[in-house]
Amino acid sequence: MKGVLSLEKDVTRESNTLSVREMIAKNKRSVSTASVLEGLMPKILLTIAIISILTTIGIVLTLLTETIAFFREVSFVEFFTGTVLKPLGESAQFGVLPLLTATIISSAIAMFVAIPIGLMTAVYLSEYASDRVRKLLKPMLEILAGIPTIVYGFFAFTFVTPLLTKLIPTLEPTNILSPGIVMGIMIIPMVASLSEDAMSSVPNAMREGALGLGSTKFEVTWKVVVPAAISGIVASFVLGISRAIGETMIVTIASGSNKVFTFDITQSMQTMTAYIVEVTGGDAPAGSTLYYSLYAVAMTLFVFTLVMNLIAQYISRKFREEY
Amino acid sequence: MKYVDTNQVQKKMTSRLLTNRIAKTLFLLATLFGLLVLVVLIYRVVAQSLGWIDFDFLNNRLSTNAERAGIKGAIMGTLWLMLVVAPVTLILGVGTAIYLEEYAKKGRLQAFIQMNISNLAGVPSIVFGILGLTIFVRGLNLGAVVLAGGFTMALLVLPVVVVASQEAIRAVPQFLREASYGMGATKWQTIKNVVLPAALPGILTGVILALSRAIGETAPLVVIGIPAFIIPLPDGLLDKFTVMPLQIYYWTIDSALVDEYANLAAATIVVLLLVLFIMNSIAVLIRNKFQRRF
Repeated sequence: MKGVLSLEKDVTRESNTLSVREMIAKNKRSVSTASVLEGLMPKILLTIAIISILTTIGIVLTLLTETIAFFREVSFVEFFTGTVLKPLGESAQFGVLPLLTATIISSAIAMFVAIPIGLMTAVYLSEYASDRVRKLLKPMLEILAGIPTIVYGFFAFTFVTPLLTKLIPTLEPTNILSPGIVMGIMIIPMVASLSEDAMSSVPNAMREGALGLGSTKFEVTWKVVVPAAISGIVASFVLGISRAIGETMIVTIASGSNKVFTFDITQSMQTMTAYIVEVTGGDAPAGSTLYYSLYAVAMTLFVFTLVMNLIAQYISRKFREEY
Repeated sequence: MKYVDTNQVQKKMTSRLLTNRIAKTLFLLATLFGLLVLVVLIYRVVAQSLGWIDFDFLNNRLSTNAERAGIKGAIMGTLWLMLVVAPVTLILGVGTAIYLEEYAKKGRLQAFIQMNISNLAGVPSIVFGILGLTIFVRGLNLGAVVLAGGFTMALLVLPVVVVASQEAIRAVPQFLREASYGMGATKWQTIKNVVLPAALPGILTGVILALSRAIGETAPLVVIGIPAFIIPLPDGLLDKFTVMPLQIYYWTIDSALVDEYANLAAATIVVLLLVLFIMNSIAVLIRNKFQRRF
């Protein structure tokens, strides 16, 4: 706009001194720079847009090449069925199962907390709360969602674990239970807000129909709204699981680095993410099996979360009820 | 013929109403549980930090002596990091959003980029750390410096900026563009002079939220190998650095050895939360104040 205006000004001021031919020539010149820019911008912007694809390719390639190098030294079967992870020392063994069980257990504990509380919060906000209460509560949940995970880690380690020790005296100072619970609390806002979005988009006519047949509010919620919004609700659970699997700092701080294959939740266990932190923090020399194991574990983690995210997308697309 | 057995209905009514009432209380309690945790968390952190936050804490460098330790290095590190993350995400994020919304034809490439961005948003942050470690720290041989950390963080928060900018650009009504074309403006002129200014509040909100995410992230920076103890302050893009979340991390795991480190971690958390709170307030302010509804 600025360019056009200033051009007009020039024209009116200089029209006395300039011949028409010069004016046209001048116009043409400025048009040609504009048209060069015009042709160039889409290409520049496309290049920028492709960087996001390059990032994905970069992630996949780096993980893949080093993971392949890892599987040259450790067999595929040994990695995925081995119950012993002993990355250092003479007879190093690389079984991923201790890490995998720790990740699954901590995520299961997290979802055990996040699913019921998150869903009930969503129901309350979408079906029961008045507008005023909702406007008050939602920002609070957003604050909970915006707290950095490192702060939750600190909270788990210095508050939740000592608290739980009073209930379970045999609890180790670092254990998988406490970070699991705190991770669940961290995921509540995510499950709540995604589920609430799904429930809010259920049309009111359906609620009114059920109410008109004499249902109580709870029956309307449980038998009409929740089933109608189930695709969004389940997708929010799956995204929550994916978030729990990828969560790093809470488990690194509060669950320690014990690489045992166990199902005892009072013990210290190391998740896949915590293993990555430990190995990179220890300056593994490039080229060692330990160094490659980092990528194999990261690849496993990446595939796990990617599959979860794709499942969530598939569910919310495929099973969505359109009204 | 009787269709409804009134007695049966009456008998069930009490328990149905009771269930209704219990459910409502339960849902309310569940909602309050999240808030209770929030209150306890903030109370605990503030209580533990009392007496530890003062000017010296903000202005001192790191020290093994808890009494003298400060977070000036971490604050400077955070600022330097933002100096890289902000322009990189702004250019990459807004550029991608403009391309997708204004130039890209509906088709395979556009759908692919879009799907790619939403999947990137779901990749765990620690995987971005590994990418940064492999490409920036070791591949380009930068080491664990501001530039490497900044690039890693920028890629991590890129989806946030792209999605926010896309929504802002999409919200600019078509008639503004048409008016601009009617005045003889070209496509790029229209984008530069009409679409972007109108979308700016939404874009800025997205960028600030992305930056606040980057300020609070820990895992990618731990992975690219930022050491626990750095005394010199960063003075350029190629200097080693540390940030507040990392300081919290190292002080928390070392609090088993020195009790006071827990207080230092709590004090750093209070500073970090304050910074994030201010940034988010600014974002909300911009959204409410400058967002025009067309």
